[in-house]
Order: sequence, then structure tokens, then C-alpha cells
Amino acid sequence: MPVALLDRRLLFVTGKGGVGKTTVAAALGLLAAREGRRTLVCEVDAKGNLTDFYETPRAGFQAREVQHDLHVMAMDTEESLKEYLGLQLKLPLLAKIGPLARTFDFLANAAPGVKEILTVGKLGWEVRERHYDLVVVDAPASGHVVGQLRAPQAINELVKVGMVRDQTGWLMDILGDPAQTGVVIVASPEEMPVTESLELIGRIRDETDVDVASIVVNRVLPELFGRAEEEIFERLREPEHAGVFASSLGAPAEPVLEAARLAVTLRRTRSGHLSRLRAGVDPTLPILYVPELFVRSHGLRATNQVAEALGAELGF
Amino acid sequence: MSSIDQLLASKEIVVTCGSGGVGKTTTAAALATMAAVHHGGKVLVLTVDPARRLANAMGLEAFGNVETRVGAAAFADADQEPRGELWAAMLDTKQSWDDLVRRHAPDDATHDKILANPLYQNVTGKFVQSHDYIAMERLYELHASGKYDLIVVDTPPTRNAIDFLEAPERMADFFSSRLLRWLLAPYRSRLMNMASRPFYQVADRILGSQFLEDIAEFFMLFQTMYDGFVERARAVERLLVDRRTTFVVVTTLEPAPVQEARYFVDALRARDLQLGAVVLNKVLPGYLLDRDATTAATKLCDDPAGVAAALPEDIGERKSVERVLHEIGASFLNFQVVAKREAEQRHDLGAAADVVAAVPYFDTDIYDLGGLVRLGEAVWR
Repeated sequence: MPVALLDRRLLFVTGKGGVGKTTVAAALGLLAAREGRRTLVCEVDAKGNLTDFYETPRAGFQAREVQHDLHVMAMDTEESLKEYLGLQLKLPLLAKIGPLARTFDFLANAAPGVKEILTVGKLGWEVRERHYDLVVVDAPASGHVVGQLRAPQAINELVKVGMVRDQTGWLMDILGDPAQTGVVIVASPEEMPVTESLELIGRIRDETDVDVASIVVNRVLPELFGRAEEEIFERLREPEHAGVFASSLGAPAEPVLEAARLAVTLRRTRSGHLSRLRAGVDPTLPILYVPELFVRSHGLRATNQVAEALGAELGF
Repeated sequence: MSSIDQLLASKEIVVTCGSGGVGKTTTAAALATMAAVHHGGKVLVLTVDPARRLANAMGLEAFGNVETRVGAAAFADADQEPRGELWAAMLDTKQSWDDLVRRHAPDDATHDKILANPLYQNVTGKFVQSHDYIAMERLYELHASGKYDLIVVDTPPTRNAIDFLEAPERMADFFSSRLLRWLLAPYRSRLMNMASRPFYQVADRILGSQFLEDIAEFFMLFQTMYDGFVERARAVERLLVDRRTTFVVVTTLEPAPVQEARYFVDALRARDLQLGAVVLNKVLPGYLLDRDATTAATKLCDDPAGVAAALPEDIGERKSVERVLHEIGASFLNFQVVAKREAEQRHDLGAAADVVAAVPYFDTDIYDLGGLVRLGEAVWR
């Protein structure tokens, strides 16, 4: 029996750009906090718009509580390094020496995996120290997330000795434990997002030890008509009814009918991609559905709606 | 400039940019296809990560690092007789880096050592926006080959849309960095000065000296290519500023991509790069904003029974007809909320460029050349 999604300790939320990754990460955090879990949501992919979804000021490296039990932070590898030096090496003064910090920053940019390990290390540390019940990561888009999840292994292979290597062991234990860590893949029911999600699941399985916890399909269109109703709809569209419509509606019905046809076709196209997604994954992998929101903006109100939809899917 | 048609006819390089998931790759392919069909000459689309189906649709087994010509059959299927040739290639980051090293390494021994360095493979994947840089570098290479009249290049989905614009400059800075020299100094001379000693002591403790030496060796090898690299990075920079190059910002009208597009427009302006056009993808139909249609939809929602009563009985069972009518009205009003939000965004973006072209929301996916032409025609004039 797999561990319930919100009972894990560390969730990486990823997906192709534009599918609503940040919305889902924000909503999962909101839901978890409401369900009484002390939650941290961390944005890694520094677009800096996570807090737009909560309508609060921008997040910084120091976590801030934005609602009861809901904390937000933005990853900053330089800050993470300073914290690490201070905490792990007991070197608070050295970490402040200008050129030293700059050189480390430079090294973090240049050396493979250093930035990633500083990111994942900080997140894992929050989990290990039990500062929160759940850490939700608004992770980088599909292509980059594997590098991050693999970082401890990569460092472990590249670095033979030293304190960084010593730190990778416990981190790999947390990441590799499905009871603690999981990846949530967000997809919209469209061609490229589905294709990329399927590829990503394969890569995570082949290249990392991290468990894929769930897929969230975002922006699912409502089904307008059942089969019998669709026949009625088709008859309504016949031109002979245009006159009746025009007189009873006080305006031509054509654009309204056309909009419904567009909605029906879109829904059908998307169903095709959904089926492809379902057929391509392990049938035991949970898939959660979030409806398309017809809203004016993607602020807190929309985040609430997504949280409610996810809550319903998770049985809360 | 007055149209995309004009723009493509007069430029040698078109760079499409925008945030992920907005249809950038498809738009680049559509623009190149249209140029090949209408303008003639040799047109190349250089893409980063195309849908396999798109490659198949172009009659290609797959996009490779090597340019492949799109065959006549694909055009025939789309009822097109191109005046010119359409070529396609994909960016293979690893391969392109290997090529670059081969070109700039002073001798075979250095070349072999770099490729054998344990860090090389990792570094080429992650090294200071290597992906962004290599895309621009490859563009330069293809343009300099003189084989193409027009190159349409699709940019990598960067975390930050302007990263790739700055990549050449950063690459040059990186190799001329004093910090890098300082970092490498002890590995050259084995003599540490007092200022750097604490750093190495800490670095050794944290990373282990072997790892540091691997890094140092790698950068020392790379330094042998310094001049070639910097010179090339500057040339790539000049090419982007050149008036023969133009940028097309692609976006949907969703809030986040629009924000990114706006940011990008400003970034181009600040760098004196030419913004040729803005292409708006997946734009909902204009009739969603129509006042009369709104009246009709509202009526359907409020009084489906009244409308159903006026319709002939053979349409269907009364209650079902009422429900269908109500759904039709409600669906219209739902989409209208989004359409209104989008119209506002469109208005804001409209002022940004001389050419703003809108692509309607196609209700099916684009998976063949015909689809690309359909998209292209929507923006052409």
C-alpha cells in the first residue's frame, strides 16, 4: 500500500512549462496546511511568482508563514551554502569573508551538481530536522528536475572524499525512500505535455531512486453532453432552426452554438491525450484530475479552487 | 515592417522566443514552412526539442544534429508546391559541444584530454547555461556556412527568457574571469599565497582535493581554448545585434506567459535587438466577446425551458433539450470569462511591436505540414 500523498515528507512538483506546475504546488501546500500539516512550499525555479498564487509579498530564503501552518521560501543557492557552512562546518565567520563566498558562488556555478546539491541538500535538511511535516517543492520543469534529483548520486560518484560526500548519504536515503519522498508530475491533457510526462516518468525511473508519487492532470475540460444529448446538440445546429433561435433568443444563436462545438471538440482532443497518458503509465500510479478554471485571474481564489479539487480527489 | 510575410522576406535570421508551452517550436516550424512555400530559397528551421510527431509530419525519421531536407511528399500531402527548400535540424547539445572543442582545441592531445575528463560530460550538460550558449553558437555556425537564405531558430526553454541573449557575453566573461585564474593558480604553481590559503583549506574539507584538482584540470584545459572561445562569443553577440536578425516573441494570452513576453520585449529593447513581431498563440475566437451572443447565451442559461418550447418537438426529449440548451449557454459564458481576460492582455501587448499576429485556438493538434501551413497562414499578412 503506497503512502498517501500528503503523508510523505518531501514532494517535488514538476512538469512541462505552462501546464500549471506552480498552481498545483501552491494548491498542494494550501491543502496540506488546511489538513493540519505544518507545510513549507519552496520555489526553486526562480520565476518568483509562487507567492502570486497566495497573493502575498515575494518569498525570500528565510521561510515565512503566510497562513496558519503554511510557510513559503524561495531557494537561493548562495544563502543555502552560507547556511551549510555555518551549520555543518561551524564556520560562521569564514562564510562571511567576501572573496571566499564569491569564489564558492563561482564554484557552485561552474562545478557540476554543486548548485543542485545545495538546493536538494537544503530541502532534505528541512525534512531531516523535522522542521515541517511536509515540504512541497515547486521544482524546475521536466528537463532540469532529473539533474536535481540525481545530484546526491552524481556528487557521490564525482567526489571521492570530503564533507560534501559525507552529506550525500543521508540525503540519498531520504530521496530514495518512497515513504518520505515523491515526485508529482503535472500535465495538461495536450500533446506535448503528455508526451513529456511519459518520458519524464521513464527518466526518473531509470536515472534516479526517487519514487513517482502521482500525476496531476490539470485543466480538464468539463463534459458538456452525454451521448444522447450530443445528438440533440447536433440537431440544434442544423440551419433550419436558426430562425426559431433568433426570435426566441433575441439574437443569432450561431456564435453560441459554435462556442459549444469548440468546447466539445477541445474536450474530445484532450480525452485522446488523457487516454494516451493513462495507457502509458503503471495502472497503480494515482492520477488526480483538476478541472479547467474559468477565472479572471490566477490569484488566491483560483488556488483555493485547485486545492479543493485536489482535496476531493484525495478523499478529504 | 508591416507583416510577417515582409519580415521573413527581408531577414536572414529569425529567433523565436517566449516561455515554455506557448507553441514556440511549432511557430518556428510554421514560419519556416511558409517562407519556403512562398519566398523560395533555402530555409532552415533549427529547433531544440520538437514533438516526434512533428518530425514525422515533416517526413523526417527524427530531427538530428545534421540538417535534413523536408521531402516533396510531405509538401504534396499538404497540397503545397514550395518555391524553395525547407530544411530542419535539431540542437544536440552534447554533439555541438564536442564539435566546438574539436574546433578550438590547440592540438589533438588537448582535445582528447578534454573529452576524457570525468567532468566534461557533466559540465557540458550544466555548465553556465551551456545549452543557451551552444544554441547561439550553432546558429552562428550555420549562418556563417552561407548555405541558407533564412534560418528560423527556436530557443531553448530557459528558466529566464533572456538567459540565452546573455549567454555569449557570459561565456566570454567566464573565461576571462579573474576569479577563475585565482582559483587555478595554486594548481599551476603549487604555491598558495596567504590570501587564498583559507579558501583551499575549506574547499578541500568540503569537496575533497581530488575533486578540486579534477575541476582545475578541466578549466586549465579549457583555458587553452580561451582566445577562440571569447572571439567566437563576441561574434555570436554581433550577429544577434545585426539588423539581418530579428526576434519574434511567441506567447499565449495566459497571465504567466504574457508577463514573460512583456519582460522579453523590454529586454530586447534594452539590448538594442530588433523585435520583429509578436505572435499570439491559442487566441480564443472573437465571437466570445460579441454583445448579441452574450445576450443569447444569457437567455439560454436563464430560460432554457422557454427556448426549448419554441423549438420543434422532434429535436429530442424536452428535459434533455433544456439541459443541452443550458449547457450551451453556460459553456459560452465560461469561455467568455477567459476571452475577456485575454482581450485585455492582448490590448496591452499590442502596443509592443509593429506586427502583432494572432493564431486562433485550433481545436485539434498540429501534426503535419498542412497544420503548419494553417498556422502560418493565420499570421502571414
